[in-house]
Amino acid sequence: MSAFPFLTVLTAIPAIGALLLLAIGDRNKNLTRWLALAFSLAALLLTLILWHRFDPTSAALQFQERYSWVPALSIEYHVAIDGLGLLMLLLSSIVVPIAMAASWKIEQRVPLYFALVLLLQSCLFGAFTALNFVHWFTFWELSLIPAFFLIKLWGGPRRTPAATQFLVYTMVGSVAMLLAFLALYLATGKFDFIELSQLAQTGQLMPAVIAKLGWHYLTPQHLALLIFAGAFLGFAVKVPLIPFHTWLPATYAEAPTGATILLTGAMSKMGLYGFLRILLPIFGAQMQAVLTPLLWLAVATVVLSAYSALAQKDLKRIFAYSSINHLGYCLLAIFAVAKFTGADPSLLTQKYAALDGVLLQMFNHGLTAATIFWFIAMLEARTGGLRGLNDFGGLRKVAPVFTGLMGIALFSSLGLPGLNGFIGEFLIFKGSFPLVTWATSLAVIGLLITAIVILGILQRVFSGPLNETWLAFPDLTTTERFMLAPAIALMFALGLYPQLVLGVVNSTVIQMVQQLKF
Amino acid sequence: MLAGTIYISFFGALALLLLPKASTTAARILALLTAIAGFAIALTAFVSHRTGELITVSHHPWVPTLGIEYHLAADGISLSLILLTGIVAITGILFSWNIDKRTKEFFAFYLLLIGAVYGVFLSYDLFLLFVFYEIVIIPKYFLIAIWGSTRREYGAMKLALYSFIGSAMVLIGIIAAYVVAGAKSMSLDALAAYPYSHHFQMAAFPLVFVGFAVLAGLWPFHTWAPTGHVAAPTAASMLLAGVVMKLGAYGCLRVAMTLFPLGLTPWGFHVLGLGSWRDVFALLAIIGIVYGALVALVQKDFKFVIGYSSVSHMGFILLGLMTLNQIGLSGAVIQMVSHGILAGLLFAVVGRMVYDRTHTRELAALGPMNLNKAIPFAAVTFVLAGMASMGLPGFSGFVAELMILVGAWHAFPVLALCAGLGIVIGIIYIWRAMQKAFFAEPAIAAVQPPMPPISLPERLGAILLIATSVAIGLYPQMLLKVIVPALNSPLFDGLRKGGWQ
Repeated sequence: MSAFPFLTVLTAIPAIGALLLLAIGDRNKNLTRWLALAFSLAALLLTLILWHRFDPTSAALQFQERYSWVPALSIEYHVAIDGLGLLMLLLSSIVVPIAMAASWKIEQRVPLYFALVLLLQSCLFGAFTALNFVHWFTFWELSLIPAFFLIKLWGGPRRTPAATQFLVYTMVGSVAMLLAFLALYLATGKFDFIELSQLAQTGQLMPAVIAKLGWHYLTPQHLALLIFAGAFLGFAVKVPLIPFHTWLPATYAEAPTGATILLTGAMSKMGLYGFLRILLPIFGAQMQAVLTPLLWLAVATVVLSAYSALAQKDLKRIFAYSSINHLGYCLLAIFAVAKFTGADPSLLTQKYAALDGVLLQMFNHGLTAATIFWFIAMLEARTGGLRGLNDFGGLRKVAPVFTGLMGIALFSSLGLPGLNGFIGEFLIFKGSFPLVTWATSLAVIGLLITAIVILGILQRVFSGPLNETWLAFPDLTTTERFMLAPAIALMFALGLYPQLVLGVVNSTVIQMVQQLKF
Repeated sequence: MLAGTIYISFFGALALLLLPKASTTAARILALLTAIAGFAIALTAFVSHRTGELITVSHHPWVPTLGIEYHLAADGISLSLILLTGIVAITGILFSWNIDKRTKEFFAFYLLLIGAVYGVFLSYDLFLLFVFYEIVIIPKYFLIAIWGSTRREYGAMKLALYSFIGSAMVLIGIIAAYVVAGAKSMSLDALAAYPYSHHFQMAAFPLVFVGFAVLAGLWPFHTWAPTGHVAAPTAASMLLAGVVMKLGAYGCLRVAMTLFPLGLTPWGFHVLGLGSWRDVFALLAIIGIVYGALVALVQKDFKFVIGYSSVSHMGFILLGLMTLNQIGLSGAVIQMVSHGILAGLLFAVVGRMVYDRTHTRELAALGPMNLNKAIPFAAVTFVLAGMASMGLPGFSGFVAELMILVGAWHAFPVLALCAGLGIVIGIIYIWRAMQKAFFAEPAIAAVQPPMPPISLPERLGAILLIATSVAIGLYPQMLLKVIVPALNSPLFDGLRKGGWQ
């Protein structure tokens, strides 16, 4: 533990940048862009310092800061990170510069755009470090405002319904979650995630709820499930889990690509983070009670979204559905981990593998999806906004470097061994298979269809006869190559040496699994 | 010293009337300085206040034969609301900087209203409280009838009639309490300490509570509120929704509930599942929350959206009062302050920033003007105010509604769920109004004369209100540390013994 308030400073940096950009105003667009990038790189640097100082052998919470805030409601300012938190911070600070680079060409209201992106980054940092429900919920909700306006003001032609749908879905989920946590607070007088999970692990949480809130016409089990459902809804919308996903394709497609990168790269991880940090430790027993329906939902998420991606013609929509698919694997593994296994040590190892896979997949998907959407942004910029699957053809002849690098990103999304996507999915399937064999087997269908989707894209966009329209399609410039290089290098690095991530999270994963005593 | 808030406002009103007719700028500045002085006094008192203390401001015999005293005192609840009054008063003047018609009379009435409001919040003698309460009605009527817009005579008259009927009920209740007690005092703590019979309290409580709650917009006695708010000029809507409605809620808590705590206890029988006046009023509060939100959802007039949203938010205050637990009650007081600030801000955006520039309040007509580009400051202010009003964390509305929900969940779990529904509808109507008024994105951009930019007084007022809301949202302890001890004071003993949980 260090005396320097690292996490507070980290959360404050982008917010200060946002205010500065707004204060400077619309004088010099390039200055604004570079300044925004500088702030996001400063945040990246600070997270790297955190990574360096983080003790990976310990599963304890590190860089903790805890102050009383509203004692009457037991609200505290409580921030700290473990391996999961650190991983998410790293991911957010990688994704934000990518989003900025992909939005370099935005010409309208530049200061506001970049200020909103930085504000969103602050909210992400806040949400990934806060450990008190109210504190965390503040950032969770505030993150909606910049996201909403990024879609609403810079989005595509049908942005208004998309932004609305996004806001309404997430807000409804949030209100349900708020009510659920109020119920927990009423029963226990606690808002702190760590204290609540300790209560849940010692089996005191739900009895307390029932003693305080027991309704004569609701059995204890039903009451507990009702509260779980409230919290679950909030996260399930965010990830999303089918059938709470319908806001996503329209939102991803209509949002400006920079915002899509943030949504898929970082904000969807807020939902998964919630599953890991909040639902699994606090509501593990309830998850177990409805495990079969949850697994069905996860399987549906994996398979149906892959099918939907197959039917789409718009590249952004394809990857919107493919995002649902990839995060579906994470949900599958999380539910599998919640399964009751007794004290069988071999199954415990499988749980470690599955959770390791989840964390890896979260990071990988953030990186890969952000990069793919970045390529789509470049395609749009070169073709005046075209991104249909059938608008192109044979691009590999005129733009070989573009094709090659985007191909790497696509193969990473497909899960080719040697690239980052493979290890995560492999660990998820390896761990989940012995735990929930039927669900994992069904989910394999999703893998197959995703492969077809990705290969279809490669074929229709890059191979085949050259579409005459694109004879003068410019290849990547040197600047673009340099900007893309770190992302692509990271894909290889993680694919060949996943220990880079696993080393950070391993102790945390072991502790998370061991705490799941039902 | 706190009594200075009342005197200085009345004195300012008088001084304004003595100014020469032409000096409108002097009138504005004088009014602003008066309001700032009142706020400064309130702030000093708030800062130097020791927790739990009841500041006796002034205590003199007035009509000794009847036991009526000139007794001003302030506890944490009064102080919070006085602070609110000061803030809203200053910003109201900033947002009425452009009033050209009979400027000095406008500000004179305005300051009279402010002074009387301070008076109500400070009175510790029921007779005195009632006098100030009645004084409030007069400037309110004239502000609307002379400077108002849409159907102003109707709005002003409806408001005045409702207020008079409410205060008549209050008066009957107070006199009955005074006579039954046979006491030689109208002092609040003397009457609150008198052990009225159970039957008497059962009858007097609903009378006085409803009398005050009319002004707080209790459903179904709320109909004056939207029409009155819409007809009023901006500063008057800000005061009406921001402060005057709080007088009603304050009266419910300070008078009805402390004098007749047994009126809240169960009847001993059930009608339609309701077992006490407490259940009845909690149900009415919930109906107000949901009904107000639903009606706001379908309004065509921008100002009516805000008008009905006030009904909905005031429902939260009444619900908080009926929870009868410390968290719900302190939540209700915070909501009084929070709604005062936010309603003021929302009316300022709609009435001053938008209406004075566009001369229409039809949402359909505002859309084509592309207001988010024409007056971006107004758009940003409305977004922030709207987010605060829908209860987004980080703003004052969240803390208040959270505490009320926690309290309500203890007391009435089913109703707490309905209140959650009200919050969801609240998100939708604010969002809808924002979308239609500021971000409609017309297919054909209407050609329009350029609008005057947002002036400095407007910016200052908006920033002051937003900053206050954020300050309370981030650090509610600021208010809680004075409110909670006040609720634990001897005045609320009866309530604590009666039904406190």
